[in-house]
Amino acid sequence: MASVNDNGRDAEPIPGTTLFDGDAAQRGFALNAMCYSFNDAANRAAFRADEDAYLARFALTPEQRLAVQQRDVLGMIAAGGNIYYLAKLAGIFGLNVQDVGALQTGMSVAEFKQMLLDQGKGLNHG
Amino acid sequence: MAEIVGAYFTSHVPAIGGAIHRGDQQEPYWKPFFDGFPRVHEWLAEVKPDVAVVFNNDHGLNFFLDKLPTFAVGAADRYDNADEGWGLPLYKSFAGHAALSWHIIEQLVHDEFDVTTCQKMTVDHALSIPFELAWPGVEEWPVRIVPIAINTVQHPLPSAKRCLALGRSVHRALAGWQGDERIVVIGTGGLSHQLDGARAGFMNPDYDRFCLDNLSRDPDALTAHSIHDIVRLSGTQGVEILNWIAARGALGPGAHEIHRNYHIPISNTAAATLLLEPA
Repeated sequence: MASVNDNGRDAEPIPGTTLFDGDAAQRGFALNAMCYSFNDAANRAAFRADEDAYLARFALTPEQRLAVQQRDVLGMIAAGGNIYYLAKLAGIFGLNVQDVGALQTGMSVAEFKQMLLDQGKGLNHG
Repeated sequence: MAEIVGAYFTSHVPAIGGAIHRGDQQEPYWKPFFDGFPRVHEWLAEVKPDVAVVFNNDHGLNFFLDKLPTFAVGAADRYDNADEGWGLPLYKSFAGHAALSWHIIEQLVHDEFDVTTCQKMTVDHALSIPFELAWPGVEEWPVRIVPIAINTVQHPLPSAKRCLALGRSVHRALAGWQGDERIVVIGTGGLSHQLDGARAGFMNPDYDRFCLDNLSRDPDALTAHSIHDIVRLSGTQGVEILNWIAARGALGPGAHEIHRNYHIPISNTAAATLLLEPA
């Protein structure tokens, strides 16, 4: 089924990009709810202490559970994860957005950082 | 009569907070971005605002997906930051201007924007970092705030056209406010960046320049793009340009640019700072 964008037109997919829409928000609710709980330090500690038990509390789907267990960011996104919430989980693992970028693009962290720097080359500031 | 002194726009990348905390402003990685701020400090000292109307987006602190308003207006006398879950410092609280908030809400609903009003609202790095950049080292913020949160998280997002119209409605409210406040309008976030997916790391200086060039002279030009177009051009989180578009609307009909800084990259983001004055 073609998706309908905000202007009611059929929208061409954007390569490498998943819009976090109603389908994703429904599919990803449990995973995002778990990540949202990590705003509380006690919940982060509980996750660290017993990850399996914590996953069970939030009734993650098998797909979501596997993606979390494998630290598979693209898998979490495919399972409805939203990056703003997933960032809270990444923080528990000590990963920043360059680490997460590297995981998603198949680059090393050094390569990913270089790719970011390269985009600024030759720009006139101001 | 209240006066709208101008508009200040800047990125709110969380890593900026870390750089401030470590005192890294003069490090080679950070200097080109922080070099954009002496002019901001000078300008704020000249125009002396005492109220800020701030368009920003929540990152899963105040709002979760159980209830996610498209447009939410803070109507509190105080706004606190809280633990965002991933190791950011806790930022200081803001004093609110609830009376002005309700005046803005009255105007918005009169203009058929069916906003959510929040008498309690936590605010996240999207507010705190632009303030840390604008008023570094102060014990208390020198302005009271009216925060307006735009949903940039869960599609469908409000269109650029709708956000500009929202800002223009806020402008009507400010123009009709009988107080003698000096009001600065603030838009936070952006510019182009994408954190998620196989296209993570995407930035687009051409689109960013289009936005920066047109915000002052022709903000309606930014409304020609659909949300889908903006995601394609600017990245999944580049949609935070909606905060800038709304803030531009709130500034008023005419504007001229007095300062701009643009730098790639700050973290995964094309970072920009812009000052506009009413024309």
